[in-house]
Amino acid sequence: MNITEKILARASGKERLSPDDVVFVNVDKVMLHDVSGPGVIKVFEKLKNQGINVEKLWDSSKVWIAEDHFVPSAEKVSAENIVKLSNFSKKYGIEKHFKYGLGQYGICHTLSHEEALVLPGEVYVGGDSHTNTTGALGAFACGLGHTDIAYVLLNGKIWFKVPETLLFKLNGKLPEHVMAKDLILKIIGDIGTDGGAYKTMQFAGNGIDEMSIDERLTLTNMTTEAGAKNGIIEPDQKIVDHLASRGATEFTQIKGDSDADYSKTFEYEASEMEPIVAKPFSPENIAIVREAPTIELDKAYIGSCTGAKLEDLEAAAKILKGKKVKIRTEVLPAAISIYKKAIEKGFIQIFLDAGATVGPPTCGACCGAHMGVLAKGEICISTTNRNFPGRMGHVESQTYLASPLVTAASAVTGKITDPRDLN
Amino acid sequence: MKGNVIKYERDNIDTDVILPGTYLKLHDYDELASHAMEGIDPEFHTKVKEGDFIVSGKNFGCGSSREHAPIALSHSGIKAVLALSFARIFYRNCVDGAFLLPIEIDEEAYKNIANGDELNISMETNEIKNVTKNQTYQMKPFSEIIGKIIAAGGLFKFKP
Ligand code: SF4
Repeated sequence: MNITEKILARASGKERLSPDDVVFVNVDKVMLHDVSGPGVIKVFEKLKNQGINVEKLWDSSKVWIAEDHFVPSAEKVSAENIVKLSNFSKKYGIEKHFKYGLGQYGICHTLSHEEALVLPGEVYVGGDSHTNTTGALGAFACGLGHTDIAYVLLNGKIWFKVPETLLFKLNGKLPEHVMAKDLILKIIGDIGTDGGAYKTMQFAGNGIDEMSIDERLTLTNMTTEAGAKNGIIEPDQKIVDHLASRGATEFTQIKGDSDADYSKTFEYEASEMEPIVAKPFSPENIAIVREAPTIELDKAYIGSCTGAKLEDLEAAAKILKGKKVKIRTEVLPAAISIYKKAIEKGFIQIFLDAGATVGPPTCGACCGAHMGVLAKGEICISTTNRNFPGRMGHVESQTYLASPLVTAASAVTGKITDPRDLN
Repeated sequence: MKGNVIKYERDNIDTDVILPGTYLKLHDYDELASHAMEGIDPEFHTKVKEGDFIVSGKNFGCGSSREHAPIALSHSGIKAVLALSFARIFYRNCVDGAFLLPIEIDEEAYKNIANGDELNISMETNEIKNVTKNQTYQMKPFSEIIGKIIAAGGLFKFKP
């Protein structure tokens, strides 16, 4: 069995599992945020009317809550959702509630690794499609809707069809100007936005061993854009050290058997990789940066669970040091802990000196919600993960997805720019 | 199950199109319905009728896990979406929340069904009758677990 099959087998009490088996698995961790939380509260109200007992969760110590999508509240409805969420935590005794303006908080998928909330070998479900991100820690991490999350909160388990696994092997270390973002965009360009549908996307090879955790998280994050059920990487010493530095030392590492089955293996040579952008309106619509259209950009966005981890900010700072941005540039670190480290390391000063604006951690403009949405006709280059019509604002705005290096280089020139071509 | 077709002849209709991100803060089901499909069809809520079906291409519902998407469609009156394929979270949400039926159709059905056609769908025989065109197509049968959850009326009523 491969790692995903083994985790699901462990969690369902089965000796062996194969793709297409349907199992109910015991869940180890659950995440809610300020969009899925109120959604679940609504499901609870419906269930209560049907006579189902919703007074107690199966285990509130396994649940955590992030305020990220609509903070800071721009209007009343969002503000009320935050109040609802706080009341929910209080009522059910959920202690891990990361509140905007109260110490550590940030984007849900960033907190999961920053705070070591999820451990290798666990089954982790979240009320957000990019829950896949956390699979980089060696967990089965999968996004679900409100009804499913409500079911998990009350019963501690959920059904899954065991997915088949696509294995993506990276041979060699990525060149300096290429990031994990370029690799995952290339992969999505190759297999399409439904190329991983209902499947696991697993990453391996010496190129992945070499890769930092922040970079691995970009890969698993965007498996969602290929439709995957989960993205996963077998845990190694880097993961163990990362978790230990955050106080988590007790877990069982699960790895695949040496004779594990993969339905298909893809190989990528690191030395052949180039900076890539995904043009509007799909992450599969890729182009090599040096061949991308020469259009005038309006904005550069360095934010989100995909592209505002510490190393993403470091990459952008490397480019922006001593330079000025030519277009509106917004930087939003993905969590307070990252924001603080970015200050210590001087990145924030570099961004401000370059003329960029730095904002608080929030999903904000990534999902077209608030804090910098795009106007009609505006064109943005962004370190985020989606560029569907209207994703970051007006339906007739456009988003190019790129790595933090490319995004920062483009901020300097106002055009889509390969970091190697910046003087 | 009888109804008329609203057809979107394209692939990858994503959840940002079905229910744009700015409305994610809303949780009133009727309010959500009034914004359904706003991303590509701002007139949708004025033309949709109770019992209608949406017909579309592959990877319908890709993108976010927002249950707002199937909720907005089902509270608009949509009883089923017929598509070449579905994204997984959208598919699950439709079934587990008992909002609407996600029905997989083949290329032939997709090509032949036109906007406004009247369909009659039989879950017993897995047949889709196009009353307007007097044609019959096969739908892909639901997998065992999906069929059982649909029959039970959603995940909470399903006894594993
Ligand atoms: S930053 Fe963007 S992709 Fe990440 S959780 Fe928030 S809205 Fe979703």
